[in-house]
Amino acid sequence: MTEAACPDTAVLLDIYRRAHLIKTADDRFIELIKAGQIASPYYSTRGQELIPAAVSVNLRADDYVITTYRGIHDQLAKGIPLRPFVAEFMGRATGTCKGKGGPMHITHLASGLPVTTGVVGSGLPIANGLAWAAQLKKSGQVTVCNFGDGASNIGAFHEALNLASVWKLPVVFVCQNNGYAEHTKYEYGTGAHAIVDRAIGYGMHGIQCNGNDAVEMWGAAHEAIERARSGQGPTLIEAKTFRFRGHLLGDDSHYIAKEEMAAAIAADPMPALRAWLIKQGHASDLALTEIENTNHEQFEDAVQFGLASPYPDVSELQLDVYAEEVRA
Amino acid sequence: MSEVKARRMNMSQAIAMAMYDAMELDSSVITLGEDIADPQGGGVFKCTSGLSDRFGTERVRSTPIAEQAIMGAAVGAALAGMRPVAEIMLMNFITVAMDQVVNHAAKLRFMTGGQTHVPLTIRTATGAGFGTGGQHADYLEAWFAHTAGIKVVAPSTPADAYGLLLSCIFDDDPCLFVESLPLYFAMGDAPVSGQRIPLGKAKVVREGSDVTVVSYSRTMVEVQAVAKELEKQNISVEVIDLRSIVPLDMDTVLASVAKTGRLVVAHEAQVDFGVGAEIATRVHRELFGQLRAPVGRVGAARSPVPFSKALEDAFIPTKQRITAAILETLR
Repeated sequence: MTEAACPDTAVLLDIYRRAHLIKTADDRFIELIKAGQIASPYYSTRGQELIPAAVSVNLRADDYVITTYRGIHDQLAKGIPLRPFVAEFMGRATGTCKGKGGPMHITHLASGLPVTTGVVGSGLPIANGLAWAAQLKKSGQVTVCNFGDGASNIGAFHEALNLASVWKLPVVFVCQNNGYAEHTKYEYGTGAHAIVDRAIGYGMHGIQCNGNDAVEMWGAAHEAIERARSGQGPTLIEAKTFRFRGHLLGDDSHYIAKEEMAAAIAADPMPALRAWLIKQGHASDLALTEIENTNHEQFEDAVQFGLASPYPDVSELQLDVYAEEVRA
Repeated sequence: MSEVKARRMNMSQAIAMAMYDAMELDSSVITLGEDIADPQGGGVFKCTSGLSDRFGTERVRSTPIAEQAIMGAAVGAALAGMRPVAEIMLMNFITVAMDQVVNHAAKLRFMTGGQTHVPLTIRTATGAGFGTGGQHADYLEAWFAHTAGIKVVAPSTPADAYGLLLSCIFDDDPCLFVESLPLYFAMGDAPVSGQRIPLGKAKVVREGSDVTVVSYSRTMVEVQAVAKELEKQNISVEVIDLRSIVPLDMDTVLASVAKTGRLVVAHEAQVDFGVGAEIATRVHRELFGQLRAPVGRVGAARSPVPFSKALEDAFIPTKQRITAAILETLR
């Protein structure tokens, strides 16, 4: 391993903090939905926490992150403020998008989260535009575009990778390969042996890594982000992971073999990272518990803020459609 | 600003002039599309000729033939504070990029609660008359007019094209700018340098008292010829060029129809479920008791654009069909 591939203790603990916050949010959102306190479709990120946690510690505040409807991990890792984030989930006027976007479209421009798309694959062409603007402004900003393995089969993926390569754009395409496109197992829907192989077809650098290993994921992201920032062009990262709670909340994952799910849960990256941090002497059990307690407290504060917030006024239907108000 | 020496120019030249002036004025104006940079010919219709020579190939980028990539890059650049102008060579090819236009460009301002907006202009050309058949010549503006969040503009003269395009580029919302293929080569008065024409302001191009005809884009040519012809029969036709479909200047239309009591809407798009239907229903709602005849609508035949000249000539709203629709309101 090169030196660059070994994050120091502070970075490792930061990765753990972010990943644990994501898990906290996921657990709590599911409770709130089941209790009828949030009415929304929900796409759990449980099992995929380490990918954005390890990517985001390499990013600047003004770097862009694009994600999808399964995106709370990417948003939380990038540092979205919790109160408006949770309020948006609840459709409240105090939400990041005034309750007009919702869980599938969480956006917070000030945190570098300019677009969250509900359409598979659509973020990739948009990432190129953000990167083109950064290139023109010479701002040094990098755009990270997250998507799943299913998105690598839609046309937008291919058009976007080709253009990013031709224009040498400062983009990192992060394919979070959880093995299932909705209910369809990788082999039934994807012709490529590995998604990373598709980079070759576009003359792009590709990295495959274990997205459930914080150090490996950090190394891949570090390399790709530096390549983008130094003007050497885009990278396609295939981060292998697993999705524990189905495509959509309520989906019982019946299409996943029981043994496969059991093996994945046995290798749950969250307790694995926790144990590894203690074993390697990066933190004590107590120190990690403190991080966890702080996450719980901060998230609960946001939940209470959201629950106490008003719903948007009906007049909002006429606002933000155009710069000018729509006449009733 | 361009120094306008010519007193006459065609629409292609007027568009190139608007692009040049916008890029000169504001470094956030950038443009992308197939073959648009000068090494690739400055655009197949020359609407971007000279731009990359002046502003460089970073701001004026030729792209692969990849409409989703073009439109997505334009949306992303707009989100990052640029004012991109995306050229989609022909209107039918926007269908390839509809997800970016409809689900993203048009909706992001609302879906983000106003945190972001997409100051994007889509320039695209269309129109029958060149034997290009069913996939290169449709007028699809009604689809976009039906989508909240996007503006739709369709000029009929070089001067309007210049002034309206400048307004689109500096508008803070996405604008679809529809250019007419046959009008690219028609001469008209040169624009006034730097003069923008506000969106949502229709123009009464001919005053009349018997019947109002509302039109836009290429069909304005036929409508004006018909109005001139009918004058010889003592039929006074008021002609309104909408110039923009969204925003729709109903004030001008209603004032005219209140005067004439009769209305025909003529456009090259299909009649059914089209712009004419929207205008007709708004006129019926506001002027129900004052109408002297049902509102007439003229448009393309209910068919894909045909290839054979014999069919293509009959497909568009011809002078004969426009005349017949006007006379119908006067029976």
